[in-house]
Amino acid sequence: MTITERQQLSYIAAQAADARVNLEIETEGMTLNIGPQHPATHGTLRIVAKLDGEQVVAADPVMGYMHRGYEKLAEVRTYPQVTTLINRIDWLGSFANEVPFILAAERLMEVEAPPRAQWIRTILFELSRIANITLFLGDMAVQVGAITPVFFAFRDREHVLNQIEAATGGRFHPNFDRIGGLKDDLPAGWIAETRRAMRKIRNFCDEIEELVEGNEIFQARTRGIGVIPPDVGLSYGLSGANIRASGVDWDVRRDSPCGLVHDQVDWKVWTHPDGDSFARFWVRLQETREATKIVDQLLDGIPSGPIMAKVPVIIKVPAGEAYVETENPLGVMGYYVVSKGDLNPFRVKIRSASFSNVSITPWLLKGVYVPDIITILGSLYFILGDIDR
Amino acid sequence: MSRLSSTDIAPSTADAAEAAADAEAEALLERAGSALGEALVGSHISAGELWLRVDRESWADLAGWLRDEEGFTFFSFLSAIDWMPSPFGRDMDSTVDNELDPPEPKETPPTETGVSGGETRFQLLARVSDVATGRSVIAKADLPDGDLRAPSWVPVYPGADWHEREAWEMFGITFDGHPGLRHIYLPGEFEGHPLRKDYPLLARRVKPWPGLVDVELMPTEPDEAAGAEDGAE
Repeated sequence: MTITERQQLSYIAAQAADARVNLEIETEGMTLNIGPQHPATHGTLRIVAKLDGEQVVAADPVMGYMHRGYEKLAEVRTYPQVTTLINRIDWLGSFANEVPFILAAERLMEVEAPPRAQWIRTILFELSRIANITLFLGDMAVQVGAITPVFFAFRDREHVLNQIEAATGGRFHPNFDRIGGLKDDLPAGWIAETRRAMRKIRNFCDEIEELVEGNEIFQARTRGIGVIPPDVGLSYGLSGANIRASGVDWDVRRDSPCGLVHDQVDWKVWTHPDGDSFARFWVRLQETREATKIVDQLLDGIPSGPIMAKVPVIIKVPAGEAYVETENPLGVMGYYVVSKGDLNPFRVKIRSASFSNVSITPWLLKGVYVPDIITILGSLYFILGDIDR
Repeated sequence: MSRLSSTDIAPSTADAAEAAADAEAEALLERAGSALGEALVGSHISAGELWLRVDRESWADLAGWLRDEEGFTFFSFLSAIDWMPSPFGRDMDSTVDNELDPPEPKETPPTETGVSGGETRFQLLARVSDVATGRSVIAKADLPDGDLRAPSWVPVYPGADWHEREAWEMFGITFDGHPGLRHIYLPGEFEGHPLRKDYPLLARRVKPWPGLVDVELMPTEPDEAAGAEDGAE
């Protein structure tokens, strides 16, 4: 009996279908381990991907390599000591981690920081956003094989880090925010220097736009890849640029401001309707530019006055519960603080953005091709410290 | 609505926006009362935020109602609180600290639960938001001490998957209907539930407390060997 070519092809197709069906007993296909050490993971995240040829059938992220137990540790530290820990959650935008916790403690104590402290807080908050996202903009190009932009990113991020260091004394872990205000006032000449740094960041954004955004290979690798519909994204708890890239016009800075002065300046929330990897890159690029504009406007109008409200030397927070969230570089970050009137919090639940952002990956990676895993992970943009806490 | 625990709003401090948010929370609380009936056992409003405490059986119904009827589509987080006061005090400090500064004997204070009340040691805690209007709800449910189980939120909010795995690992709460409760942070053979208050923080016992090493006694004799090495360089 001769087998015609058509029969042969249908036989191969049936085999392939069987292979897909038989995955439970793993007769076909293979398991690919990505990580724990991989440039796309910003730390140590492992992804176990079950493959059928080049296609992912199931992906399972394995984390915990960096779990430090901050929620438990916070229970045995005083309120001012907690900021030292939470600085290390998202280590690229450290100052932004401190803000929601301090605001939650201030809400429980019914203390409000003086206007000058609120303005400087907002400026530093936006500077840490720029320092964080700048690195993403360079790194995203690395994920598709372009090495040069990441050097530009490291070069220009330095200008922002210098400003953070000049004001706070710490490049990566400022530990500058205090209940009731800030540790110190700004040094002399800081405002003019920050303005120069913002100009350099805007130039960097233009450079990235020319180098990366319009690049044909970059577009081919990111457009239409890893599409997240808005309702799916919301039900997984996606926030920040990831959900705005799916067309959801939601920014905590604008919609529920709390303790920061973003409502005093003129700025815009950027969204993109596509929801793919390119959209997430594009939204972050616009957000960096917007952040430099926010900083520029805030620098013009810093009110004078004290930088600390009157708070007791030994801080005891009255009993109660408060949840405060802010729009951090990686997405919405919040702290649920339970106090029993002691020196230390009774319970701190940390809602970190990356944990929820990455929880969509088993859904999102189903059916994509192996090289796209890297661009999708890169475009979701997570910091491992923000997942593992 | 008399069976609901009272709300405490401070009208003197709340500004107009906050008062409006509180009024909206009041309206939502009223709708919750009629939709959930007897299942709603406690509530609280402060700073425009609404706390709803339901009984355990209605935990999943609450999620369904919040998402489908009220438009709370954004899943923020899910966790738990252990209300037992920590049995450990300074006695958990390392031996170095105990010698330098002996702790006073500690008496365990009575268990108190927070806003919107509570009757048991473990309480579930979750938060959802409506991104279109900026409203949000914090949900709570008491879990009976001997039977730490609750219906899973995964069918309603798929994002609850990892959060429930974390709560299972850290508190030992089982979620019925969860697709796969397994360790998320800790190694598979790990025993115990670290975020329970009766789980000791061992790092505290084996190492001197950083705040207390400053008062460590100065060494009586200077370490000459180290100084000599520096000089020889």
